[in-house]
Amino acid sequence: MIAEAGHYALVLALALALIQSSVPILGARLRDPALMNVARSTALAQLLFVALSFAALVTLHVTSDFSVVNVFENSHSLKPLIYKITGVWGNHEGSMLLWVSILALFGGLVAAFGNNLPLSLRAHVLAVQAWIASAFYLFILITSNPFLRIADPPIEGRDLNPVLQDIGLAVHPPMLYLGYVGFSISFSFAVAALLEGRIDAAWARWVRPWTLMAWIFLTLGIAMGSYWAYYELGWGGWWFWDPVENASLMPWLAGTALLHSLVVMEKRNALKVWTILLSILAFSLSLLGTFLVRSGVLTSVHAFASDPTRGVFILLILCIFIGGSLSLYAWRASSLKQGGLFAPISREGALVLNNLLLTTACATVFIGTLYPLALEVLTGEKISVGAPFFNLTFGPLFLPLLIAVPFGPLLAWKRGDLLGAAQRLTAAGVAALVAVAVLWAWTRGGGAFAPLAIGLAVFVIAGACSDFAERTGLFRAPFATAVRRARGLPRSNWGTMLAHAGVGIALIGIVCETTWNSEYIGSMKPDDVARIAGFELKLDGLTQRQGPNYREMVAQFTVSLDGQPLGVMTPSKRNFTTRGMTTTEAALKTRGASQLYISLGDIAGGGAIAVRIYYKPMVLLIWFGPVLMAFGGMLSLSDRRLRVGAPKPARAMRGLQAAE
Amino acid sequence: MTRKQRRLTIIGGSLAVLAVAAVLVLNAMRDSIVFFSTPSMVAEKHIAAGRRFRLGGLVQPGSLVHGDNLAVTFEVADGSAALPVSYKGILPDLFREGQGVVAEGVLDPSGVFRADTVLAKHDENYMPKEVADALKKQGHWKDDYGKKPAYNAKPAATQGASR
Repeated sequence: MIAEAGHYALVLALALALIQSSVPILGARLRDPALMNVARSTALAQLLFVALSFAALVTLHVTSDFSVVNVFENSHSLKPLIYKITGVWGNHEGSMLLWVSILALFGGLVAAFGNNLPLSLRAHVLAVQAWIASAFYLFILITSNPFLRIADPPIEGRDLNPVLQDIGLAVHPPMLYLGYVGFSISFSFAVAALLEGRIDAAWARWVRPWTLMAWIFLTLGIAMGSYWAYYELGWGGWWFWDPVENASLMPWLAGTALLHSLVVMEKRNALKVWTILLSILAFSLSLLGTFLVRSGVLTSVHAFASDPTRGVFILLILCIFIGGSLSLYAWRASSLKQGGLFAPISREGALVLNNLLLTTACATVFIGTLYPLALEVLTGEKISVGAPFFNLTFGPLFLPLLIAVPFGPLLAWKRGDLLGAAQRLTAAGVAALVAVAVLWAWTRGGGAFAPLAIGLAVFVIAGACSDFAERTGLFRAPFATAVRRARGLPRSNWGTMLAHAGVGIALIGIVCETTWNSEYIGSMKPDDVARIAGFELKLDGLTQRQGPNYREMVAQFTVSLDGQPLGVMTPSKRNFTTRGMTTTEAALKTRGASQLYISLGDIAGGGAIAVRIYYKPMVLLIWFGPVLMAFGGMLSLSDRRLRVGAPKPARAMRGLQAAE
Repeated sequence: MTRKQRRLTIIGGSLAVLAVAAVLVLNAMRDSIVFFSTPSMVAEKHIAAGRRFRLGGLVQPGSLVHGDNLAVTFEVADGSAALPVSYKGILPDLFREGQGVVAEGVLDPSGVFRADTVLAKHDENYMPKEVADALKKQGHWKDDYGKKPAYNAKPAATQGASR
């Protein structure tokens, strides 16, 4: 009954989306406010029905109703409740339902909070949203219906992929989808602007918060995914340049570029055509990510489906939306008015440079990801493009970007003074040089790369601090004045500084982890001691334990540093009986930002067990950096500027709209 | 600065960056791309010792030998040829005899494939996509390799790598 209700709600949502995709456009053509306002109510109703449908699937999973194929294949009655809920999107059908639910959520948010938008723009935006939604509802209903029943229901389910039975599944996919799908809003705004043939600085102001929101979630989603892979897969890596990872990195790069070009557009009314293109690209890359991950062209932990009809369907959606929007762009972009002038050395110029480098870096990732697929389709030859390729292309492009980051905020709009900016960055430059010298001396000439890279990171962080000191007059004005100014500083300035500092912090983590990572691999018997980076790890023994839906073998290590005991670590190997799969649960011990990491291998002869131990200095900074970036984004999002001068109370607006 | 000059500056800058990127990509393509091979392709093509590539096939049943200090040797076969592989380290959770495997490394002069990475990057049917395709092409594909465990199950994939 619940399954049928969920299915029916989804069909109703499709019907509403079809209305929402046509009637408002008609209304805009006829200039009929009543028809245009249909978009708002249908968007909200659509959200309601998708939410009902999603709630139905959650209920089915929680109650372990194995008469539903989706539940049977991905759940088990003994699975802990949290994994029953997260298991809803730990499979192809459910994750697509989550995708459309989030799409409907964003549509509903635009409908609910978009009262300050011009009526026809809102109608167009919501209609474009509904086009995307309709396509994906059809996809789900035709190829991936999560509510299908089994004729004779089995008693027990096949359980969820053990690798996914982790708290990461509760956070990573929803975050990532909020990011991916969030870019649909800027896409819809861009297409609406092209359809209307009108775009101005106000447009950028409306789009910015949505883009920022999507970017924050995508940043957190990627960071979370990376940390999850790090502790769950048991090989201590946090980024593998896997196509699936690249699929999330590409929209992030394009979205970051978009975020910066929107600033130029809002402040200076320039770069309009480029911004529109970036909005289209950011969402197109999100769609491409969905295709790569969901179509089964890649084998990875993310690829649940290998049903070819699904791949073809998503490819079709991809072609229609990317091809359609780019054609529309080619056709209408020239009709958009040109923006303001600026000198190459200026804030605008710096942001253009940022855009140029980010999009080029994105393009290299794109080539590295799709070239093997294209080559295989064309010639049948199989190659793999791995980390070396990306280190050789992505790295050199990020170098000038990182050098330029501190300069950007210090340059004036329209016409900047590079020399002045350089003078104001002297302190940051000195700090960077000191860092390089100290590190080089400390590592005693152990290679120049790491000290230089960390020096660059210090430059980025110190640059963000100089920007702050510059704006508050710290060290020049009395301290009380500086504090007062710091309080008065717009939150978006704080956001910029924190986000830029976050980039530097992540870089420090990356460099430290890759350069000074210590590794111990060996087989150990009880009472054996492993020594790594000054730590002593003694294997106390192995014990067997029964979990809710697995058996595990736990190894207990006592850790000490210079004879001082630091506690115990208990890595384990879990054997999930239903699927006959084994997973490795790494044990982590955090000291400051560094971590000790133990994962287990197989038991060899004589009771010895293969053990892999890492000491990863500063590894947590890799994820702390993105969290800081996201926090900066949130501060920017809460800036007064994005609220002031825009919405009047909703009721008053409705009155105004009727008169329009 | 006029609009025209500004535009030329931007276009010039963009072209310069794109040119640099193109050089980087082509350079990296030449040096860092890793080809995929099966044991019989290795036998036919005489891949030079020291050239990195990915070897895929089935782990020959009974060939896995554990040596001292986590050294292992096994043979990778594809039905018509087999190649000995040596590896030092921990094999991934999904490594099994008789199942598919992809290893990355170089051939040494004596013809042994020295793997530095063993990937267990495949679904629960224990069959990497590359290996399945290669076996199918050579006509060694048997249906039971891809046999699905009851009830039209979608393969839930998993990934892991051990270095």
